[in-house]
Amino acid sequence: MITAERKPLEEIVESVASFDRILLVGCNECVTVCAAGGRKEVGLLASALNMTFLKGGKSVQITEHTLERQCDPEYVEELSQLVGGADAILSMACGAGVQELARRYKDKPVLPALNTMFMGASERAGVWSERCAGCGNCVLGITGGICPIARCSKRIMNGPCGGSTNGKCEISDDVDCAWHLIWERLKALGQTDLYEVNMDAKDWRPAGGAGPRTIVREDLAE
Amino acid sequence: MKTDSVLEKILTSGQLAVTSEVGPPRGTDPEAVKKKGELLRGVVDVVNVTDNQTAMVRMSSMAACAHLKQLGLHPMLQMVTRDRNRLAMQADILGAYSHGIDNMLCLSGDHPKFGDHPMAANVHDLDSVQFLRMVKDMRDEGKFQGGDEITDPPKMFIGAAANPFADPFELRVARLAKKSAAGADFVQTQCIYNIPKFKEWMKGVCARGLHKEIYVLAGITPMKSVGMARYMKNKVPGMDVPADIIKRMAGVEKKKAAAEGITMAVEMIQELKEVEGVAGFHIMAIEWERKVPEIVERAGLLPRPSV
Repeated sequence: MITAERKPLEEIVESVASFDRILLVGCNECVTVCAAGGRKEVGLLASALNMTFLKGGKSVQITEHTLERQCDPEYVEELSQLVGGADAILSMACGAGVQELARRYKDKPVLPALNTMFMGASERAGVWSERCAGCGNCVLGITGGICPIARCSKRIMNGPCGGSTNGKCEISDDVDCAWHLIWERLKALGQTDLYEVNMDAKDWRPAGGAGPRTIVREDLAE
Repeated sequence: MKTDSVLEKILTSGQLAVTSEVGPPRGTDPEAVKKKGELLRGVVDVVNVTDNQTAMVRMSSMAACAHLKQLGLHPMLQMVTRDRNRLAMQADILGAYSHGIDNMLCLSGDHPKFGDHPMAANVHDLDSVQFLRMVKDMRDEGKFQGGDEITDPPKMFIGAAANPFADPFELRVARLAKKSAAGADFVQTQCIYNIPKFKEWMKGVCARGLHKEIYVLAGITPMKSVGMARYMKNKVPGMDVPADIIKRMAGVEKKKAAAEGITMAVEMIQELKEVEGVAGFHIMAIEWERKVPEIVERAGLLPRPSV
């Protein structure tokens, strides 16, 4: 999923301080799963904003609405009846959702309430970690299912570097050395011969080096 | 011979090579580099010049190498993948070679977290293995990494780093093999304090015949004090300082500790000279270059061969 964290309340308050009517929009997808911008978080943020503004002697009208998918034009259309009654939209989706709202509702300021973080997975309750860098050319089949691009601090494709100690990365004892994990998994799979094959210099074009990326499926495109 | 490098000539002749390093200043004064370089004249074969070591901004390795070259010394350009993409790296390799710099060391570099710009972007367009391959292809195929031909290619003698003490230990020989296959002519190792572990690694290196493909220069760093020994053990990533080394440094009076550290370095070189596959020594006397002549002399490595 795409993970995100809510911005500090003070920052959000400052960003919407000049508006009297705010449309607060959540998303029922990734940010709901990572507990950053779903229906529940929309409710919590609305209460926090109301209390903050009331304390400051200001009455603000906050309309809450959570879309099935904020990055999908079909669902974003749902807001068309609500947008007219708002001075600004405060989005609790990832950056893709924020931009989809901005694209559809051109005359309305759209402000992000979240910081979009990474593509990751849940490690345990309340903990998510980065797993995929979206580099456009997956090597997981030869790295034991552990990504060196996303999970090595130096995105080393032929690791590990000389800084790994007791399975941990040189940057922190809290960070696993991705190459240590890869090596252990290759051993478990009986595939250590894969380790010795040097991976060539990466072509970063599919990773974004060639500019903003687009997928066109001729069979589906209208 | 692949290059005109003095280091290649010495290693090919079968004599033990000696290299050392200088760290460029955090400023613009060329004298700081020249002074350190002069301390090593006639004492070592080639002088490494570090590249933003510990991720702190310093005078560029290439500029400092050029200062040393002008003095008639043989510098080694260190370059890390952390700070440059492949365009910048190749441009600097061409530039360095145009100044007569024909030794280089290809590294990934310490993480910016350890330095004075922890907020900087971490480039790593290539990793160290891919970097080695690029420099080799520039030299042997006369081609840029992108495939275009180089009319007058840079003939670099290509080095890499090896840390036998980082984990997992069991793949450290294979990692050397990867660097050798990618194009490294020699490696300089991490500072050695755990000699039994180093010997075990070298045994694995020789068992695979790697010592016939790649020259291994053993890394030596003299301890200045017990404080330094403890710091290296606890704070430097991938460093293996056994308890008996700390004990030995702690066992001498404070003002005699530095002398003890030098003696220990000399003894280590004497012992490692006998290890099969050791082709020379890389003496990293951190901000202590003036002690290198004494170490090299007492270790019986003087005079340096003239080739």
